[in-house]
Amino acid sequence: MFDRRFVKYFDWGLLGFTFLLGLLGLATLYSAVTSATPTPQKILYFKQLIWYCVGMTGMVLSFLINYKSLDRWAPAIYAACILLLIYVLLIGKHVGGARRWLVLGPVSIQPSELVKIAVIISLARYYSKHANTKGFTLRELFTPLVLTIIPFILIVKQPDLGTAILVVLIAGSMTVFVKIERRSLLCIITGSTITVPLIWFLLKGYQKKRILTFLNPDRDPLGAGYHIIQSKIAIGSGMIAGKGFLKGTQNALSFLPEQHTDFIFSVLAEEWGLVGSVVILILFLTLIIWGLNIAYRCREPFGTIMAVGVAAMIFWQVFINIGMAMGLMPIVGVTLPFISYGGSSIISIMICIGLLMSISMRRFLFE
Amino acid sequence: MSQYLKTADSDWYKQRVVRVMFCVAGAFLILFARLFYLQVIHGQELRRLSENNCIRLQTTDSSRGMIFDRNGILLVDNRPAFDLSIILKDAKPIEGTIEKLSKLSKQTNVSESELMSKIGRNKGISSYKPILLKQDMGRDALAAVEVRKFDLPGIVVDVKPRRHYVNRQSAAHLLGYLSEINSDELKSGKYPGRKGGDFIGKFGVEKAFEPFLRGKRGGRQVEVNVIGQVVRVLKTVDAQPGQNIYLTVDHTLQKKAEVLLEGTAGAVVAMDPKTGNILALVSSPSFDQNTFVDGMSHKQWNSLISNPLRPMENKAIQGEYPPASTFKIITAIAGLEEGVIDKNTTMYCPGYYKYGNRVYRCWRRGGHGNVNIFKALAESCDVFFYQVGQKLGIDRLSFYAKACGLGTPTGINLDNEASGLIPTAAWKKRRTGIAWQKGETLSVAIGQGYNLTTPLQMLVLTSAMANGGTRYKPLILESVKTVSGDIVIQGKKQAVGKLPAGKTTMEIVKKGLWEVVNNPKGTARIAHIKGVEISGKTGTAQVVGRTNDRTQSEKDIPKHHTPHAWFVAYAPSVDPQIAVAVLVEHGGHGSSAAAPIAREIIRTYWKKDEDRRQLKAES
Repeated sequence: MFDRRFVKYFDWGLLGFTFLLGLLGLATLYSAVTSATPTPQKILYFKQLIWYCVGMTGMVLSFLINYKSLDRWAPAIYAACILLLIYVLLIGKHVGGARRWLVLGPVSIQPSELVKIAVIISLARYYSKHANTKGFTLRELFTPLVLTIIPFILIVKQPDLGTAILVVLIAGSMTVFVKIERRSLLCIITGSTITVPLIWFLLKGYQKKRILTFLNPDRDPLGAGYHIIQSKIAIGSGMIAGKGFLKGTQNALSFLPEQHTDFIFSVLAEEWGLVGSVVILILFLTLIIWGLNIAYRCREPFGTIMAVGVAAMIFWQVFINIGMAMGLMPIVGVTLPFISYGGSSIISIMICIGLLMSISMRRFLFE
Repeated sequence: MSQYLKTADSDWYKQRVVRVMFCVAGAFLILFARLFYLQVIHGQELRRLSENNCIRLQTTDSSRGMIFDRNGILLVDNRPAFDLSIILKDAKPIEGTIEKLSKLSKQTNVSESELMSKIGRNKGISSYKPILLKQDMGRDALAAVEVRKFDLPGIVVDVKPRRHYVNRQSAAHLLGYLSEINSDELKSGKYPGRKGGDFIGKFGVEKAFEPFLRGKRGGRQVEVNVIGQVVRVLKTVDAQPGQNIYLTVDHTLQKKAEVLLEGTAGAVVAMDPKTGNILALVSSPSFDQNTFVDGMSHKQWNSLISNPLRPMENKAIQGEYPPASTFKIITAIAGLEEGVIDKNTTMYCPGYYKYGNRVYRCWRRGGHGNVNIFKALAESCDVFFYQVGQKLGIDRLSFYAKACGLGTPTGINLDNEASGLIPTAAWKKRRTGIAWQKGETLSVAIGQGYNLTTPLQMLVLTSAMANGGTRYKPLILESVKTVSGDIVIQGKKQAVGKLPAGKTTMEIVKKGLWEVVNNPKGTARIAHIKGVEISGKTGTAQVVGRTNDRTQSEKDIPKHHTPHAWFVAYAPSVDPQIAVAVLVEHGGHGSSAAAPIAREIIRTYWKKDEDRRQLKAES
């Protein structure tokens, strides 16, 4: 059963990148949680270590499984994830006004993180079966739309806007990748240019205000706008060489909100400066290109589309999280893969890496 | 499938993957560019800003809404207060600052040791957080500090609006007071945008209308220099003032009632019977709300809560008293409606009533002789109502009492309203395990049994008598207005029920109540005034068993054995404009202790009403 070519074709490079990013992430997290005043939260660092171990197991399991069997399992995986989302909405743990967590004994996990993977697999299955060079028509896009909108609504309800937007962005990227038929694309574009202003007029004053503030944090100088300024100061003050490991001052004085999750890039950029930030960005860029290269080399549509989906997920999380910290984006709670604190985030990214490995090492089957 | 459609093959996918790679690279270019912009182009400037944590947030408190009476007379407003704080990180060298500040102790009234203990206690706390040294330090101190500001690095003076109750002690129970938010309230999520140290309404109107009054905090982003002084204001968000509350109460009437109750424990409530609008709500003795805002000493607090006259209790809505003879209104309604008596039924009162093997006394030893319903109400004959109650039985009597709104809170928008108690046979069995004794019904019929009512409940009942049978929810809010005067909410009268009495019954009872004041033998003839006819009912609530000892004179009864005095009334008897309920704890007889108070309130209101009508006529 065991094929020697598995070893030969195993993607050692991808494994190497994963380790490198994991180590950098742990170092940054260490700085973020230890220098926080008035209460250092060192425990989070150790928890993250444990999460990495769990994530490794997930990664190993998912590259051992032949990714093609996921084609068959896709509906079951999708249904299970949706059920978990509903379950969480009904009896999930309340943390900070949101129901996101599923409590399993001593640990809590966020099903919304796993849903991203389920959506990637389900869409890959659908698109690989129906793809043609002319692209998908509106009618053919109905199923993917439903597959996306159900988890979107359930996650918005939690409420976790960041993850909900991610799901849509991932699904959208995959759809654009498999091509939308020209006329249908025109329909979608004209349709949305008409409906968006229409909806805008229907919104109430306070709703408009909330959306405007979301798009432009400067409108809320005492809340989001202040966080963005502090984040920009932290990043900029790193200058070229950075202030040095554990020497960040913005972080130390808790001027940054959520410095171990959403704003962890600011900690990194302050302490390691342009040099460190560029290194991290290049690592992420290489990882994404690596994933796309796996898609490129895969000889079979299901694997290709799934690899593109995983690459899209990593791309959007990196782009939104870092863009937000630098004041380019609205503030949404999206984690930075490998770096931000969070068990569900780590596990889901490691599973995704495992999927990429699985696709990568089985490419010989078509040679 | 049309033959023009080509199945996507591997090369097609490859082509598209390459395009995606370019898109990703393009997006990363944006990130690189932004990074370069922040860390290289603006690096110096942002580094400087980070060094002293120059960009800070300062909050500006919103000014709380003001409270007015129905005529726009100001009852509660805000005054500016100056708080002295220190930011340790800016106060360098700290010893120097402390030394200079303690030299000003004569003006600021903060001694050096006090300074040291306050600063020492907060040593561990994030040092950019201001530490409060002196609240509300006064204008002299403000001047002294401001003049030496450049010598006092890290010292900050905040101007904060502070609550001010214009009329000390007046309407304290109605208006309520503010106090610092506690940790449970912060956690409860009911106070969005509040933080530790904020003042919130804890009682009365201040609490009931907190969401309108509070307004919205503002603030500004500022850049500060090394000693913590603002050098540049980056952004400002104006605080939104709270909305103003207009109450239904009439300040003149309220004040009058307070004067009348002075020195006693008791309550006065007055209402417009046509709307349920509360015109006055007084509980005596009162307390000074300003002490809650300015901070009170342990001693002040202890004397307040250990005072036997319970000044912190709002007796108008929380005090539960036996209704005594005022309850006869209900016994009369029940008797007439159930056909136990009619307007011609006559009974003989020899001054006592024998029931079983017990003798139940009438308040008048000599008896009232032949009594019909009118005389029974006017002279408050106990024997008449003993027999009515006996014929009705406890459960029918309770049914009517509950239908008149007794035994449940009236629903006034104030906290901790008591519900009172209307007993039934089942209730007693459940509560004590002993079956209801028939004789107990007799006591209930004259309001002396287990039954308990609040002054406000009796007022709602009286108002309903006055307006022909509709029970209105007591209303304290006339309107909520924005600062510019736009109405946000208008108080609306709200009927909650009808008295269980037909037209003839109402007419009979009303005539009886008229005779209470206007018959020369009526128990409240003292309340008679020229110009306006009053109807009412007195009550004298025994707090210990009625003594059978004839020789004991009333003067010898100790104060805490003296009965509570009740009087409920409305005026004018035809087309009533005001209803009043008065209760004086241990005041003695309703006729002598409570009725005159109600009379004076009605007189005041009537005079004011007349003046107003005259003014209108002239213009």
